[in-house]
Amino acid sequence: MARTIHSLVLFLALAWLIPTGPARAADDSLQARIDALGTGGFADTAKQIQALAATGDDRVVPALEALLAGGLYVRQSDKKVFITKKAEGGFALIDPLTGRTAGTADTFAVKKIRVNNRLRRELKAALGGLTLLSKDPAVRLKAAAAVFKSQDPDALSALDAAILKETDDRVREAMRQARAAVQLKSDVPEADKVAALKVIEERGDRDALSVALAAAAQTEGAVKAAAEATAKSIRQTLELWSAAQNVWYGLSLGSVLLLAAIGLAITFGVMGVINMAHGEMVMIGAYVTFMVQEVIRTSLPGLFDYSLLIAVPLAFLVAGAVGMAIERGIIRFLYGRPLETLLATWGLSLVLQQTVRTIFGPTNREVGAPEFMSGAFEVGHLTVTYNRLWIIVFALAVLFALMAVLKKTPLGLQMRAVTQNRRMAGAMGIRTSWVDAVTFGLGSGIAGIAGVALSQIDNVSPNLGQSYIIDSFMVVVFGGVGNLWGTLVGAMTLGVANKFLEPYAGAVLGKVLVLVFIILFIQKRPRGLFALKGRAIET
Amino acid sequence: MTLRLLQGGFDRRAWMFLAVLFTAALVVSVLSLTTQPGHPLHVPTYVVSLVGKYLCYALLALSVDLVWGFCGVLSLGHAAFFSLGGYAMGMYLMRQIGTRGVYGDPVLPDFMVFLNYKELPWFWYGFDQFWFAALMVVAVPGVLAFVFGWFAFRSRVTGVYLSIITQALTFALMLAFFRNDMGFGGNNGLTDFKDILGFDVQAGSTRAGLLMASAVALAFGFMICKALVNSKFGKVLIAVRDAESRTRFLGYRPENYKLLVWTLSACMAGVAGALYVPQVGIINPSEFTPANSIEVVIWVAVGGRGTLVGAAVGAVLVNLGKTVFTGVLPEFWLFALGGLFIAVTLFLPKGIVGTWDDLMARRRAARDAGDGELRGTAPQEAD
Repeated sequence: MARTIHSLVLFLALAWLIPTGPARAADDSLQARIDALGTGGFADTAKQIQALAATGDDRVVPALEALLAGGLYVRQSDKKVFITKKAEGGFALIDPLTGRTAGTADTFAVKKIRVNNRLRRELKAALGGLTLLSKDPAVRLKAAAAVFKSQDPDALSALDAAILKETDDRVREAMRQARAAVQLKSDVPEADKVAALKVIEERGDRDALSVALAAAAQTEGAVKAAAEATAKSIRQTLELWSAAQNVWYGLSLGSVLLLAAIGLAITFGVMGVINMAHGEMVMIGAYVTFMVQEVIRTSLPGLFDYSLLIAVPLAFLVAGAVGMAIERGIIRFLYGRPLETLLATWGLSLVLQQTVRTIFGPTNREVGAPEFMSGAFEVGHLTVTYNRLWIIVFALAVLFALMAVLKKTPLGLQMRAVTQNRRMAGAMGIRTSWVDAVTFGLGSGIAGIAGVALSQIDNVSPNLGQSYIIDSFMVVVFGGVGNLWGTLVGAMTLGVANKFLEPYAGAVLGKVLVLVFIILFIQKRPRGLFALKGRAIET
Repeated sequence: MTLRLLQGGFDRRAWMFLAVLFTAALVVSVLSLTTQPGHPLHVPTYVVSLVGKYLCYALLALSVDLVWGFCGVLSLGHAAFFSLGGYAMGMYLMRQIGTRGVYGDPVLPDFMVFLNYKELPWFWYGFDQFWFAALMVVAVPGVLAFVFGWFAFRSRVTGVYLSIITQALTFALMLAFFRNDMGFGGNNGLTDFKDILGFDVQAGSTRAGLLMASAVALAFGFMICKALVNSKFGKVLIAVRDAESRTRFLGYRPENYKLLVWTLSACMAGVAGALYVPQVGIINPSEFTPANSIEVVIWVAVGGRGTLVGAAVGAVLVNLGKTVFTGVLPEFWLFALGGLFIAVTLFLPKGIVGTWDDLMARRRAARDAGDGELRGTAPQEAD
C-alpha cells in the first residue's frame, strides 16, 4: 500500500513537472516510470506498463523488450531499473533510456523483475502499440510486419488506433494486412474474417499463404472454405511470380552470355575466324577495370563512381588493340584454314592467361561496384538487383550500337562487303586487309567491354575468360552464324532455359541438358536458328 | 591374308617405328627389373610408368590423327572417349579392391559407402570381371561415338561446327561426372587401386608389364590404322577429307566412311585411357576437360598431321617437354605450350615428320637435278 501511495505521489509530482520543464522533465518522468516497474506485484507492474505505453514515447521500447525477454533487473541499493547483460562475476548494467552502460553489479545486488503470462500479453500489446505509433515510418512498418507474423490478438486495438492515425500509405497497407491476420486468429464475426481473407489474398506472398493455410486448418464452415480458396489463389499467384523470377534470372544470365558472345558474333559470325582467345579478351577487359579502379583508389578517390564509365572505353581500346595485333601477327596468315586458326588462337589464349597470371598473380582480384550498381528494388514479389538490371541494359545497348555500326557507317558497309565478296570488294578499292584488322579489333574490343560488365558479377581471375568461351560459342552456333538477332535470341533462350531447368535438375545437370539439347539441335539445323540463306553446299 | 594386307602397306618407316617402339619398351622394362637401385643403368619404376603414360598418349594421338589427318574431322572431344575407357578400367580396379578399402565393404567401393549407397548401382554390375571391363573399355566409347557420329554426320555437320560440338560433348560429360550422384566418385574420381588381374599395381614388374601392354596396344593400333589408310577404303577417306561434296557426287557415302573411322578412333582412345589409368593410379573428371582434347590435337600437329608415325612422335616429344618444363620452370610451361601451338600452325603446318619428308623430297629432287646437270656439263667427273 505504501508503495502505491509512493508511486501516486510520484505521478502527481511528475504531472505537475511536465508542463514547466518539457524535455528534461519528460526524461525524468520516463526514468521514474521505468524505475517504477521494479516495485509492486504483478498488478502494479501491469499498470506501469500501461502507463508507459500511454506515453507513446518509443524510447521506452528497449526497457519493455528487455522486460519481456526477462533481462530487466532492479538494483537493490537504489531501486533503479537496468537492462542487464551477463558479464564477468555478475551483470553489466545498461541504462534503459540512454542505452549507455552504467557499470556492473554483483549477481546478488540486482533482482530480476518477474513477469507472468498476463504481463507478457500486456507487454506485447504495449510494444506493438508503441512501435506502431513510432515517429519513424520504418519502425512502424517493421512493427506491422512483426504483428503480421505473430498474429497476436492483443495487438488488435493498438492496430486499430494506429491505422486511424497513419499517414503513410505503404505503412497503412501493411497495418491493414497485419490487422487482417490478427482478425483471423481472434474471435471476430465470420463476415469480418472472410473480409480479412480478402486482404490477405491481396498481399499474396509466402507469409500470406501460411496465414491462409493456418486459418483454413483452424476454422470451420464458411471461413474454412474462404481460407482454402484464398490459399489456392495465393499459390497460383506465387507460382506465377516464381516463373517470373526464373525468367528474370534467365534474362540476366542471357545478358551475360550475350555480352560474351557479341564480340564472337563479329569475329566468328562475320569473319569466320574461330578465336579461342576470345575469352581472354573478356578477361583483359576485366583486368582493365581492375587497373582503373586501382589508379582511382590510390590517386583520385572522388572518381570511384565513374570508374566503370572510364573503364568501358579504355577496355575497348586495350582489348581492341590486342585484337588487331593478333590479327596482324597471327590470324591473317591462317585465313581459309579454320582448324589451324582454332589451334593457334587456343595457344594464344594459354599465353595470354599465363601472362596475366605472371603479372597479377593467380588469385582473384577485387573489383568494387559503384553506387548506382549496388542495391536492389522490389517489383511485386520480385527482387531486382541494380547490377543485373544495368548489365541487361548494357548488353542490349552494346548489341544495338554494334548493329548500328554495321548497318549505318561506312566502316560497317565495308565490313559487310569484304565478308560477302572479298575480291569484288578489293576491286572496288576497299583495303580488305585493313578492314579485316579493324573488324577483328572491333570484335575483340567488344569482348573487352563485356569484361568490364562481367567484372561486376564474376571473379576477376586469369581463368575468367575460359568459363565463358564454350558458352559463347554455343550461343553463336545456336543463334545462327553471321546474324546478330540470332545471337540475341540464342543468348536469351539459353539463359532462360538454363534457369528453368535448374529447379528440376540442379545447376550442373541443367547445364548438361542444355548442352545436350544444343548438340541435338545442331544435328537438326546445322546452321543455327537464324541461318543465312544461300545455295552454297560448303562454307 | 590379314598378314599380307598388313605387309602390303608397310613401308620402311613403319617397320622402323615398330622396332624403335619395342626396343625402347623392352630396354626400359628389362633395365628396371634386372638392375638394383644405385646401378648406373638402373631405371626407377616411376620412369617405367612415365614411358607407359607417353605410349598411352601416343595411342590417343594416333586415334586423333586417324580422324583428323585422314578424314578431316577435327575432334576436340577425344578426351571424352579416353576418359570413358579410363573410367571403365577404373571401375574394374575399384571392384578388385574388395575388403581392403578404408571401410572394408566387400562389394561397395569406399566412396559409395561414404556417400551412403545401400547397394551397387546397376551400371557397376559386371565390372568385377576383367573380360567385361575390357569389353566396356571399347564398347562404351564406341557406342557413344557411333550414336554421336550417326547424328552428326547424317545431318552433315562439318568443319568447325563439328569441332565445337565435340568440345561441348566432352564439356557436358565433365560436368556430369563431377556430380557426386552420378555414381562415379564425383570430383575425387576413382583411385587407391590395389590389383590388376591379381598383380599388385604398385609392383615394378606389373608396371613393366603395363608398359609392354601399352607398347603392344600402340603397335596394334598403328598397324590397324596403317592397314586402313593404305587400303582402298583409306583412299576414299582421303577423298572425303579433301573434297567431301565431290566424293558424294561420285557415288560414295561420306557419312558412312566417317562414321566407321570415327567409331574406330573412339575405341582406340578408350583403350589408351584404360591402359593409362592403372599406370597413373587415378581417373577423375578433370581428364574430360576440353583443354586436354585440344592438347592432343597439338601433339598430332607437332608430329605431323596425317602421318600416323608423326602423331606418336609428337605425343612423346610434347609430353617429354612437359615433364621437363614443369619440373624445371613450372610457370614457363604454359608459355611454351601456347607458343608451340602458334609456332607449329604458322611455321610448321606439316609437323616434324611432314616437314622432314618435304626436306628429303627436295634434297632428292635437287640431287637428281644436280646429277643431271653434272652429267650434262662434265660427264668425266661423274666417274
